[in-house]
Amino acid sequence: MRNHKKEENLFARIDKLILVLYLLLVFMGWFNIYAAVYNEEHHSIFSISQQYGKQLIWIIAAFFIGIIILIVDTKFFPMLANPFYGFIIILLLSVLVFGREVNGARSWFEIGSVRIQPAEFAKLATCLLLSKYLSSFNIKIMKLKTLSIIGLMFLIPFSLILLQNDTGSALVYASFVLVLYRLGMPGMILFFGFATAAISVLSLILEPAYISIGIISVAALLYFLLRKDVKQLTIGLIALSSSLVLSWLVFFKILHQESYFPVFISAFLVTIGVFIAPIYKNRLNHVLITLLTTFAFVIFSFSVAYLFDNMLGEHQKTRINVLLGTESDTRGAGYNVNQSKIAIGSGGFSGKGFLEGTQTKFNFVPEQSTDFIFCTVGEEWGFVGTSVVLILFAILLVRIVFVSEKQKSPFSRIYGYCVASILFFHLAINIGMTIGLLPVIGIPLPFFSYGGSSLWSFTVLLFIFIKLDTDRDRIIH
Amino acid sequence: MDAFSERKYVISAMILLLCLIYIVRLFYIQVVDESYMLSAENNSRRYIVKYPARGLIFDRKHRLIAYNEAAYDLQVISAQLKPFDTVMLERILEVDHSFLLNKLKEAKQKRYRPYIIIKQLTSDSYAQLQEVLHRFQGFSVQVRTIRHFPYNCGAHILGYTQEVDSNNIKKDRYYEMGDYIGVSGIEKSYEKELRGIKGGEYFNVDVLGRVKGRLEGGKYDRHSEIGTNIYSTIDIELQAYGEKLLRNKIGSIVAIEPATGEILALVSSPGFNPNVLTGRHLNKYFQLLKKDTLLPLYNRAINGDMYPPGSTFKVVNALIGQQEGVCSRHTYHSCNGGYFVGSFKVGCHVHRSPVNLVESVQMSCNAYYCNVFRNILDNRKYGKVSVAYDVWRKHVMSFGLGDLTGIDLPGEKPGMIPKASYFDKYYGKDRWKSLTVISLSIGQGEIGVTPLQMANLVTTIANRGFYKIPHVIKGIDDASINPKYLVKHYSTVESKYFEPVIEGMFNVVQGGEGATAGWTKVPDIEICGKTGTAQNPHGEDHSIFMAFAPKVNPKIAISVYVENAGYGSSWAAPIATLLIEKYINDTIKRDWFEKRILEANLINAKP
Ligand SMILES: [Zn+2]
Repeated sequence: MRNHKKEENLFARIDKLILVLYLLLVFMGWFNIYAAVYNEEHHSIFSISQQYGKQLIWIIAAFFIGIIILIVDTKFFPMLANPFYGFIIILLLSVLVFGREVNGARSWFEIGSVRIQPAEFAKLATCLLLSKYLSSFNIKIMKLKTLSIIGLMFLIPFSLILLQNDTGSALVYASFVLVLYRLGMPGMILFFGFATAAISVLSLILEPAYISIGIISVAALLYFLLRKDVKQLTIGLIALSSSLVLSWLVFFKILHQESYFPVFISAFLVTIGVFIAPIYKNRLNHVLITLLTTFAFVIFSFSVAYLFDNMLGEHQKTRINVLLGTESDTRGAGYNVNQSKIAIGSGGFSGKGFLEGTQTKFNFVPEQSTDFIFCTVGEEWGFVGTSVVLILFAILLVRIVFVSEKQKSPFSRIYGYCVASILFFHLAINIGMTIGLLPVIGIPLPFFSYGGSSLWSFTVLLFIFIKLDTDRDRIIH
Repeated sequence: MDAFSERKYVISAMILLLCLIYIVRLFYIQVVDESYMLSAENNSRRYIVKYPARGLIFDRKHRLIAYNEAAYDLQVISAQLKPFDTVMLERILEVDHSFLLNKLKEAKQKRYRPYIIIKQLTSDSYAQLQEVLHRFQGFSVQVRTIRHFPYNCGAHILGYTQEVDSNNIKKDRYYEMGDYIGVSGIEKSYEKELRGIKGGEYFNVDVLGRVKGRLEGGKYDRHSEIGTNIYSTIDIELQAYGEKLLRNKIGSIVAIEPATGEILALVSSPGFNPNVLTGRHLNKYFQLLKKDTLLPLYNRAINGDMYPPGSTFKVVNALIGQQEGVCSRHTYHSCNGGYFVGSFKVGCHVHRSPVNLVESVQMSCNAYYCNVFRNILDNRKYGKVSVAYDVWRKHVMSFGLGDLTGIDLPGEKPGMIPKASYFDKYYGKDRWKSLTVISLSIGQGEIGVTPLQMANLVTTIANRGFYKIPHVIKGIDDASINPKYLVKHYSTVESKYFEPVIEGMFNVVQGGEGATAGWTKVPDIEICGKTGTAQNPHGEDHSIFMAFAPKVNPKIAISVYVENAGYGSSWAAPIATLLIEKYINDTIKRDWFEKRILEANLINAKP
């Protein structure tokens, strides 16, 4: 009797919104897989010989796993963290030896007809271990020791997955930056991280000199804006723009120089000059930090371009150029993205209708049931479908963030942030890739993409959080 | 709760911002930019045209004279190619290695779409290929039809088809690249009836160009409708015989059934075998024919309108003279070797003098027609020569001369019967006299007719005063032909005036004193004819003859023009009477006579 009541309480304490969103996404994924690889000869969505029939099995199995997780005591998860992490590391090592190579990545175990990808579960292991470590007493996030331990925690699975040649799954570890940010890592690091990534990409698209000018201008602008000194700002802007125009005139029109370097140098010198005046009035180190950061970014921009031009092979260069859109190659490396955009773009506002998509069904889109499953959504359900999916994901992610904040136990809170970060990263990279905003990095769309490993790992990831949330008032270690 | 819990807002904002950016981007590629829609259709939709067979063409005796043979276009989808035995394929297709390599390279540009490697394979090559086609993955055969003309003749009437060019497509949106269109003859003028209606099937194809079923279950598919069969007025055997007789000669023959205006034969020589302009080598042969200095592609019978009618035109003046009341059956004019006014002279051959109207036709007297013609133009009732001239011109044109006849073949030329104003312009207003244009009396000077118009003229005479617009089509399946071909066009000369002229023409062939073509007569057939010999500034005279037979209830009217061949009686007349004999008796009894014509090579007589 008591037991029964407890179970009732359990269900009552489950976050229904997360659960409903999960179910919605999983079933939408299943229908879209059906549409993506629809086969006239096996038109039943339950055909076991087809991916959609198999996906149903994975879904049912995922539900069982989910239910088991909900039944297990919450204390079990932090306890599990260490052994599970160890187990996964062993799996990652052995897959390098016994694994089967699929699409150039040796990241699959094959048992009969079932394939398992340990990298999908490595995320989970890292989440648990990270949460457990960071929730222990007296942990200061910005201490060197802490950072080293966390770094090692990431580095081991990251490098093992990289060795399997599965870059996509390895890059997922970058998403933990968000967790660290929430735990007190200075926002500047996050900002610099983004800035570095953006500048590297931009350096390959534009002349580094332009970017340098951009960096200097932005830095100067920010500096003066933050100091709210309108006079200084005006003087600085006038000095900067006139020096740019002047040096451009001198070097290009009079000296007929082809290089932007002198322009950049003179602009830099002028900017320093504009900075010198406030140095006497203000604290020296603020100015110095700004100057040094700016200078570092400029050097970085040049070195990215230099490395790209001199260190990479032609093939890699082409690939990167195509990814960045500076070289169009609709038959070679750019083919996938182009076809993916065509499929999504051809959906129009309301889509072609269920099973009416031609681009995905007839294989114009590569990997249409796994990494490019979003194309089917776009083609058959149109803009309505794609925005609904994005909105559902957005609600799910924000919900996880806010539910995490409600947790009494730091373990649960940190774990929640881990889940949100990983899902966010997958969502951003996967959809960004299909709509041509990000390079092609093969990672699945959570709950949507075909495949047992990914569905199960995301289910476990999410359900552990749901379970932890049912015990949100309990402190667990 | 810790110091950094506010950061949940920053993180949530990042999530929402990313989703917002993606939704904006999706709105752009899905709703704003429509190019993706087109690219998608281009990717996955394949339209396969169902070409209808062209309508068949029968002759007047329901003999099949144009039909379709299957031809096979070999095409390849580059993306589906697997390594194959190139040597074998080259041997079957009878092409060299570089040709095949080139074509495969071109096909690669299309990658996922069929590209035609070789057009119109013969049935033989196709039979060989079909057996081994399965070894050549990515290759397939598309069946088309090409025209075949079993009698190997009638090229200028039947015409030919070729692939449409951008002009055709611009003019008529029905056509698409790869379609065929009639570009001359019946194939052109009855293109709409013959072509049928194209059908088409839409298919979905996958990334390798493999068909994956019909688009929306075939909702947009259309059946093709085969072209309409056409019954020509041509007697294909007469046509073939005409072409045979004109072999090695330059000239033309037009034969018309007088009662109906139906064209029995229309020959332009040199011509060509219509079958060379079908099939795979069309372009090669077309270029050869185009370069030929004897212009075999040129249809002299309807396109050559600067032929002077010569003495045949005298009958026109004889008819107009009577109608205008300046001569009659019993009008005599004397001729002493020609027509003389002061120092002006039109010569004539030796014959008895004076002659009456019938005899003037029979003996083709120049002087007689100079008199008649001057009397027409100087007729006082019109006051001025130019007025009388325009009256004369109206009469002439009522015989279908000087303007398009309206035949249902493309490219007809109008000929020339100038207006009075033409001479006004040349000589000054009213500064010219009947004597100035006297050569018109004997069919020379500023006058030009097509051989078709001459046949139409003799048709009008055979009918004693009317003609129906000459035409090459009797029927279009069950539909009737254009009613304009059923209307009688009466000449301005009354029927009764034709008898003396016909009597003269009868004597021309059937004998009698001074008959110009007496030696060409055919036993049992009463042929009425008129010779002509047109002066040609560029060389030997043109030999001209026009005739109809029999005299009562004529079955055939014919005009023959042989360029640079001399007297009308020597070549044109025998050819005409042979054709009449062939048409009416179905056999030729005058073997020696026929042999002389068949063996004659008059092309080399040209200077
Ligand atoms: Zn005479």
